[in-house]
Amino acid sequence: MRDRLHPMLHSEENPRTPEAPPPFPAQYLKAYRFMLLARVLDDKIASLGRAGKIHGGVFLGRGQEALSAALGMALRPGDIFAPLIRDGAGRLAFGEPLLDAVRTCLGSALGPMRGRDGNVHRGRPKKGLLPMISHLGAMISVVNGALMARRFNHVEGVVGAACVGDGGTSTGAFHEALNQAAVEHLPLVLVVANNQYAYSTPTRRQFACKDLSDRAIGYGATPHKADGTDLEDCLRVLSTAVAQARAGGGPQLVVASLLRLCGHGEHDDAHYVDAKLKESALGRDCLQVAEERLLREGWADSEALLALRQEVTREVEAAAATAQREPAPDPFKEDWCALSSRHLREIFEAPIPSIPA
Amino acid sequence: MSITYLEAIREAQAKALADDPRVFIYGQDVGEFGGAFKATKRLAQEFPGRVLDAPISEDAIVGAAIGAAIEGMRPIIEMQYADFSTPGFNQIINQAATLFWRTRVPCPITIRMPSGGLAGGGPFHSQCLEGLYAHYPGLIVMTPATVEDAYSMLLEAVAIDDPVIFCEHKHLYYHLKAPALPTDAMPVGKARVARAGRDLTIVTYSAMLHEALAAAEEIALEGEEIEVVDLRSIKPLDTDTVVASVARTGRLLCVGEAFPWGGVTAEVIARVATEGFGLLDAPPQRLNAKDTPIPYHPDLWSVHRPNANSIGAAARNLLRM
Repeated sequence: MRDRLHPMLHSEENPRTPEAPPPFPAQYLKAYRFMLLARVLDDKIASLGRAGKIHGGVFLGRGQEALSAALGMALRPGDIFAPLIRDGAGRLAFGEPLLDAVRTCLGSALGPMRGRDGNVHRGRPKKGLLPMISHLGAMISVVNGALMARRFNHVEGVVGAACVGDGGTSTGAFHEALNQAAVEHLPLVLVVANNQYAYSTPTRRQFACKDLSDRAIGYGATPHKADGTDLEDCLRVLSTAVAQARAGGGPQLVVASLLRLCGHGEHDDAHYVDAKLKESALGRDCLQVAEERLLREGWADSEALLALRQEVTREVEAAAATAQREPAPDPFKEDWCALSSRHLREIFEAPIPSIPA
Repeated sequence: MSITYLEAIREAQAKALADDPRVFIYGQDVGEFGGAFKATKRLAQEFPGRVLDAPISEDAIVGAAIGAAIEGMRPIIEMQYADFSTPGFNQIINQAATLFWRTRVPCPITIRMPSGGLAGGGPFHSQCLEGLYAHYPGLIVMTPATVEDAYSMLLEAVAIDDPVIFCEHKHLYYHLKAPALPTDAMPVGKARVARAGRDLTIVTYSAMLHEALAAAEEIALEGEEIEVVDLRSIKPLDTDTVVASVARTGRLLCVGEAFPWGGVTAEVIARVATEGFGLLDAPPQRLNAKDTPIPYHPDLWSVHRPNANSIGAAARNLLRM
């Protein structure tokens, strides 16, 4: 692997960052590893889903790995991150343990959600990783509030990132939160994955503006556009946006274009996706694009990539095997109390059992 | 020297800000202006940087409070009117109320909801939404009826590690006075027997307490003694105190200012019917606002919600059953 610094990264280095960014090819390869890990994990989750081992929905991030990994890598420990449904790669890059994903999907009692919530609804709030609720746009203002708390406590140099899709931009919550971040001049990076479909609804039925990034100016945020199929572009744009937020530049709106390379969930065959889109540049698989780039530049050879795939596959298989051996939550031992203040909980008595005849 | 219900709410917030650096206030017009009802009067000046005006974005206001609470803060949110909490409903019931259950991370936020009717308030500035919020697991719902409770329960709301919906009644803001702020308080979750009696129990809360007490005084002149229970908090709901009162009187009338379908009065009756059926000498009754939006004209409004007259009539009917 050639060890040369990519010229782009020199100009974007945050002067407040103590450590220099890694050399570009190394960074690219590191991001690729997160993408690959997320893809292999998704394939495993899909296969567990088909085997009937997963309760409820199975949601994959296929096609969004470059954008997501680039965001996760631009963040640091101590930052706030509210990923969305297709951010497996970003979660891994931000430091979410692989086991958290598998345990939550399988409903293990030992996972962070302990079977109380599933699949993509997981997180570790005290580590800055916020667990999404299903209502789109709802996490953005929560990130804002966490950033406001940091400001109250005079903690500086923190960035908060929130992710939505093209559909999420139509919600009131999105509008309220982006406006709020601008009014408070918060270091928010709001990442929109425009994957052309919100479930089955195409973007032409979602919004009428020319480009979603045009909205930034109306809020007083800084717009950024990225090619979500191109890892290098994602790394460049996300590191710029995150650095600008960290340096006090206020909220940044990143809009990345890509195509969802799966259904909304595994229950959805995505037959409605326009064939022309699939054949267009938007329809490229970002993982394959990155792989080809690695080979073309000589940053890795096919043997090294094969070894890497085998390595992440072993990691995923080990995590899945571990979680599958773990106990499910026990309804009889479950603590059915929604309050932290236990003394204030209400006890609803079960009906008096009928007397057997 | 006396203090109003509104001043007690202001004083409780001043004390919370003074005692705990984790407390801040966030809401529309709460800053230098001091709030639509002046519940945060001079707090922005006394506590610089800790009383923040918010854009008209109830969803984002609550969302930000949740994010700050995750980070260890204890925000107090003012909703301006309880009616306007509905654009923030999603954050309250789906985000704040589920956070601890899902993650074990508590969500200590207090959401102040100026509730209930004032003459001329109309459909969108008069609502009582306590029943709606009490429906959701993970929330505490307080409905103080006295100056003392407004003060002490708001302080307790801020101290509680769970999201608290604090339904303060707008009619009581100026109409209710106490000689001084309380020095001790009943714990949240305990109902209070506001008036002892032997012939009938009225269970109520918030502004309706005072209408019920007025009705009870009138009926006392006719020789019958009504016991009045002030629930104080509707979630948790102190079933024991209610059932104990019904055990003494044998008759139950529940009174609430909220809409009639479901809600607090239905819940109280359901509990007494299941836990104290044998104590009842007559069918339990309830009296609520009418099942229409809240009217603007004072003549219409005065009969839309229960008042001392309609409570008195309902009580007399029940006494004859």
